[in-house]
Amino acid sequence: MDTDMDQIYQTDVGNLLAFNPNHRFPSTPSSREELVKECVTEGTKLVQAIADTLFNFPSTESVDGPLVQLPPPTTKLPREKHLPRPKPPTKWEEFALKKEAKKDKIVSDETTDKFKRRHGYDRVNDDNDIPVIEAKASDEPGEDPFAKRLDDKKKRVGKQEKNRLQNLKTAAKAGALPSHVQLAATALPISGTKTQPQKIGKDALGDVAGLAATSTASGGKFDKKLPGEKPPKKQGKHHKYLPVVPRYGWVDEEKEQTNKVLGKLLSKHSHEILNVGKAINMYNDKKEKKKSGRSDKLKPKKDITKKKPYANKAN
Amino acid sequence: MMEIRTPKTHKAKRVLEKRAPKLVENGKKTLILHGTKTSATVSSVLMELYRLKKGGAIKYSRRNENIRPFESGGETSLEFFSLKTDCSIFVYGSHTKKRPDNLVLGRMYDHHVYDLIEVGIENFKSLLSFSYDKKIAPHEGSKPFICFTGEGFENIPELKQLKEVLTDLFRGEVVENLNLTGLDRAYICTAISPTKVFLTHCAIKLKKSGTIVPRIELVEVGPSMDLVIRRNRLPNEGLRKEAMKSSKDKPKKKVKNVDQNDVLGKLGRVYIPEQEVGKIPMADKSKGVKRERREGKMKKNKEEGSASKKLKESE
Repeated sequence: MDTDMDQIYQTDVGNLLAFNPNHRFPSTPSSREELVKECVTEGTKLVQAIADTLFNFPSTESVDGPLVQLPPPTTKLPREKHLPRPKPPTKWEEFALKKEAKKDKIVSDETTDKFKRRHGYDRVNDDNDIPVIEAKASDEPGEDPFAKRLDDKKKRVGKQEKNRLQNLKTAAKAGALPSHVQLAATALPISGTKTQPQKIGKDALGDVAGLAATSTASGGKFDKKLPGEKPPKKQGKHHKYLPVVPRYGWVDEEKEQTNKVLGKLLSKHSHEILNVGKAINMYNDKKEKKKSGRSDKLKPKKDITKKKPYANKAN
Repeated sequence: MMEIRTPKTHKAKRVLEKRAPKLVENGKKTLILHGTKTSATVSSVLMELYRLKKGGAIKYSRRNENIRPFESGGETSLEFFSLKTDCSIFVYGSHTKKRPDNLVLGRMYDHHVYDLIEVGIENFKSLLSFSYDKKIAPHEGSKPFICFTGEGFENIPELKQLKEVLTDLFRGEVVENLNLTGLDRAYICTAISPTKVFLTHCAIKLKKSGTIVPRIELVEVGPSMDLVIRRNRLPNEGLRKEAMKSSKDKPKKKVKNVDQNDVLGKLGRVYIPEQEVGKIPMADKSKGVKRERREGKMKKNKEEGSASKKLKESE
């Protein structure tokens, strides 16, 4: 775009861009303000140049104001994403090319001799519409042909899903997966046996988490818990200690406990509690040990299978 | 074990399609973030840049310590953010002793770093320090004029790259139709030395002139700063060629039912469904309008008329 001042600016109206390659500062500007002023004046000239072309475009009136149609931008800027890659043909499309097969949307129906659509409402060979299936010689008795038809359909649908997955995989390999589809791996590729990896249950996870917690210095007591995670079950012995000082008006539980034991010992029927035989045995053993005075290591080991003459004799 | 995942809502599908690679791309979005340490200048520059680019920018407020754009490993975080926010330009601000008031402008291709340019900020004047008539303040999201002055932008490779990056940054969306009343801002970049560029943002005042083209006046409103070129990284040739590739194909749109005739010009075909005249719904079904009623009334009037006549005659 030439201006009157014999200076050629490079303008890109599509981008509202203007470039003046010929400006040179005549002298080093004395102050900052002068520099700024000069830059702004130069800028004004450039904007004026673009505006000259813009306002001379044919404009259409609209609600907001005059609209002009901008030409496409001339400066080449790099794209932000790659160009969309062509999809590789699907299995059916390859087959269709070879065999020149066609799947029409409207097919002739055998039973009614009309033309019905292949898929959708009021379709050809709908499973629900068949009233009678004639028995053939090859049919086994006891086999439901209606159920068989439904089964066949399920198998066909399953096969189609597999084919669809395969098609998407080849498309993904070529980098042309459709934008709204994502292929996600749900399990690791299995090498070796075909056993499915077992799913860990809630309890097992809790146990493992507890194990991990014990490895910390404070036994996992102050670990940050995830929302929903239950506090760890108490490990080790479970002691219940009664209060030492009884509460006002309440029964002294510790006193009650010892009284109960004493009562049992000193009661009339205390001999029934005591296993007298066992008590005698223990007493006699102790006496014998005392008598001998020698350590057990030097003594020949007693044969425990031999029964003692006065063992387990009740009073 | 792959699974096909498709979006379950229409909104999700639309978002995915918007982000997919296309022939004609959307406007590039800018990601603004800062590094380990930022000075007051850098943070205000980033804030004001975000305000200038309000519709197409995303600003992160946290520090990012592991982003080092010029190092080979330090870009992974950037690429991840770019992928998640769908931003192809980023502005990374930081402040170190070695590089005070540092700004790294970078672009992405396919969410990988395409090119980088590092500039230092000097003589920064914030938006708020400019006083001007509020009526001419530019509106948010308006398409700006971009002006470059100085031979450096053509001869020096770093300045050339800076020119391209600044164009990409300020451009916004590529539009076909432009409202002439909505032109209210301009960015002026002047090369004041082979390594320094003066950047300022001005509002446009349109003044009456004799012709349809108004006289342009620029008033400085926005931030102004000096950019000192530090480091840069150009894209490698292969990547650059790929990114600059543009498809010249026009989208093949089949326009149905339109013919071109040399004699008659453009002909169109209109299909009208079969009209069954008897079954067309009548508009006015109110009681008084029905034909039988009308006819009945007319008869009655006639009789009455004749009756009255008879009376008259009899009298």
